[in-house]
Amino acid sequence: MSQPTAKTWDEFMEGVWRQNPVFVMVLGMCPALAVTVSAINALSMGVATTFVLICSCALVSMTRRFTPKEVRIAVYIVIIATFVTAVDYAIQAISLALYDALGAFIQLIVVNCIILGRAEAHAAKNPPLPAMINAAGMGLGFTIGLFALGSVREIFGAGALFGVPLFGEGFQPWVVMVLPPGGFFVLGCWLLLFAAIERRKQRKLVEVTENV
Amino acid sequence: MSAEVTMVPQTTPTAAMIRTLGLISAICGLIIVGAYQSTYDAVQENKRIAVERAVFKVIPSAKSIVEYWALSDGQIEKVGAGGTAQAGAIKFFAGYDEPGKLVGLAAEGAAKGYSDYVRILFAYDPSAATVTGFGVVSARETPGIGDKITVDKAFLANFPLEAKLSDDGMVLAHEIRTVKHGSKTNPWEIDAISGATITSRAVGKGINDTAQTLLPRIAPHLEKLKEKS
Amino acid sequence: MSIEIRSAPHIKAPRSVEMIMRHVVWSLMPICAFYIYQYGLSAFASLVVVTGSCLLTERWFTKTGTQSGDISDYSAVITGLLLALSLPPGFPLWMGAVAGFVAIALGKALFGGIGFNVFNPALVGRAFVQAAFPQAIATYTPSFLPGRFHEMVPSSMAVPFMQPADVLEWLKLKQLDALAGATPLAKWKFEGVLAGAEELVTSLSGHMAVGPSPALILVCGIYLAMRRFMDWRIPAAILGSAGLTAWILFAISPERFPNPFFMLFSGGLILGAVYMATDMATSPVTPKGMWVYGAFIGLMTVVIRYYSGLPEGVMYAILLGNAATPLIERITQPTPFGKSALARLGQVKRGASYPLHPGYISREDAGAVTPKKRFLPNKPKREDRES
Repeated sequence: MSQPTAKTWDEFMEGVWRQNPVFVMVLGMCPALAVTVSAINALSMGVATTFVLICSCALVSMTRRFTPKEVRIAVYIVIIATFVTAVDYAIQAISLALYDALGAFIQLIVVNCIILGRAEAHAAKNPPLPAMINAAGMGLGFTIGLFALGSVREIFGAGALFGVPLFGEGFQPWVVMVLPPGGFFVLGCWLLLFAAIERRKQRKLVEVTENV
Repeated sequence: MSAEVTMVPQTTPTAAMIRTLGLISAICGLIIVGAYQSTYDAVQENKRIAVERAVFKVIPSAKSIVEYWALSDGQIEKVGAGGTAQAGAIKFFAGYDEPGKLVGLAAEGAAKGYSDYVRILFAYDPSAATVTGFGVVSARETPGIGDKITVDKAFLANFPLEAKLSDDGMVLAHEIRTVKHGSKTNPWEIDAISGATITSRAVGKGINDTAQTLLPRIAPHLEKLKEKS
Repeated sequence: MSIEIRSAPHIKAPRSVEMIMRHVVWSLMPICAFYIYQYGLSAFASLVVVTGSCLLTERWFTKTGTQSGDISDYSAVITGLLLALSLPPGFPLWMGAVAGFVAIALGKALFGGIGFNVFNPALVGRAFVQAAFPQAIATYTPSFLPGRFHEMVPSSMAVPFMQPADVLEWLKLKQLDALAGATPLAKWKFEGVLAGAEELVTSLSGHMAVGPSPALILVCGIYLAMRRFMDWRIPAAILGSAGLTAWILFAISPERFPNPFFMLFSGGLILGAVYMATDMATSPVTPKGMWVYGAFIGLMTVVIRYYSGLPEGVMYAILLGNAATPLIERITQPTPFGKSALARLGQVKRGASYPLHPGYISREDAGAVTPKKRFLPNKPKREDRES
């Protein structure tokens, strides 16, 4: 039993860390830059995408045996669009303010390359359960990425996190952080950090292999 | 094209492709309709609450609202009372207090601001013929500069703003204009915020554009609107 | 190593990057002194903090080896001084420190240090704080305030990350018109008040919210140009094209547009034209290119000032010019002697390249030490990588 569990965990962590969609693969940049002006927006976007990701991967995986490869992209897109529409209604039902804040980017989940990429690269080749686990990992990784951007931008741009002020009355907001350039700056800083970590790891690896 | 197809050793039969697509479409159709049905009530409720909250904010003394269309032929009709919106119809809200007396009208106006259209909801007091205030529906103005329109005390002091109809009742007697900071001389002018002139101008233009067409249409029906029907 | 082909004459003079930079710093000194005389303690603190922040950042990046160059080459000092001169004198010091850090980190270190930067670092820093703190950067204090050498402008001493104190209140206490806190350009744009050109040239008349005196900057610029530390073509082209554009518009409708002298001597146009646009790494090296570059910046400045929501356009104009520099260099390659018109028409694909300014001697020639680049061996390719 330990063997499959370890593999499952590996599948899950793949998306969360090693192949993190935002920081490593740099996919899905459109929502990552556009809706991350506050932590709550970023988190909602991440959860919505994760939901679409898991559901569509499950359905793609279930229908993989009788999907002819000639029409597979059409099938994936229809499936993804279906769940995006469902999420669209769900968010409207939960909160219109959130719906307005996320704007067109909810509908644009359809063309998020992470989802189509997962469907094509993983779900179409694996049974439903592993596909869903992998999708959940990717979704969590994407959510973490968005949250990392959104929290930094909200802290600098509004002096708050989840709408709770952190610095009291007189905080000077960094307006640039809630404007589009701020998204690029913060994303760049995070990518820099991840690249530095990765490089340090590689250097250690090189040293170890040289010593051996 | 046809030559290539014949070279492929195994082709999927057309029937299989159509069958798969049909099946997937059917499943997806079911899911979408299910989602729509199950969220419909909550979405409508949310939309109603959002509209009411916006209207109550600009007409603070209102306790209930009724939505109307002001049609281009000069008639008004209740929203949802049979028939859909005609071309050129403008939606407005009538706010009533507890006993059902009219306390104010509210309508939407929009004009180009600094980065995008500034959409506002403004309140109109028919008894005094003034615009009493406004609230922002949607705006993407620069934080810290353009978004001061809702908090700047000097700017909010522009209201109530005169919006009398001309003698023939076809247009406003004086066009509502936004003037440069510190040069307001007439009660129908809006004193702009220094440094946020463009956003201030958008507010003035938004109010003016809607008021110019809406108020002449409503004027003949004011008696009917006075009591909540 | 690549072979450089340069046209004659081959100047050999003891000229290094460091020496040029040192002269630029010297020429900036009178401007800084006058600036401090105008605005007092706050201006002095601003100059020190912004320059210090630039130097510290530069030091850190050279130490950690991510940037070539040496802190002793004075380029960070220039960046710091220019940045401080372009900010309002009462700009909160902590924001100044942020501007200095961003200028060096984002404007220079990210591209690989001195000589590799695409945009003028000082302007990158300024653009960042302009976007981040639009209110603070639009708040100017009038010059020649009584008691400016004893007390700071209250907004200077804002606690880091906190909003600065309200300068308008402070000015009211001093019984000055609140509008005195706007620059002449902002006054013209938002209030329609025009300042006289002769007042602007010297900046000596009282209580105007202006930067350092344009006349003084021009004198210092002429010194630099005479010593050939700066090419005179760029400022000449910028001022010429800005003046010409403003004059044409003024001639078309004098009641709508201010006179060309107001355009030339207000705001940061002179400072930008003389010191910022002439940054060697970010401006074209071909003589024809310099004219094109300068004309473009001058035109854009006037266009932004007249037709955009911003009162000042020099910064964005120069940044746009910087971005266009490689393109300008490409289309203004001089034809080497002996090349026929036929060859020019496309028989020969590439003209001779002029990778360096003729007055510039490479780092190796000047005996400077380039830090050894530390790069890792290529990453081993992972096999499980998908898509």
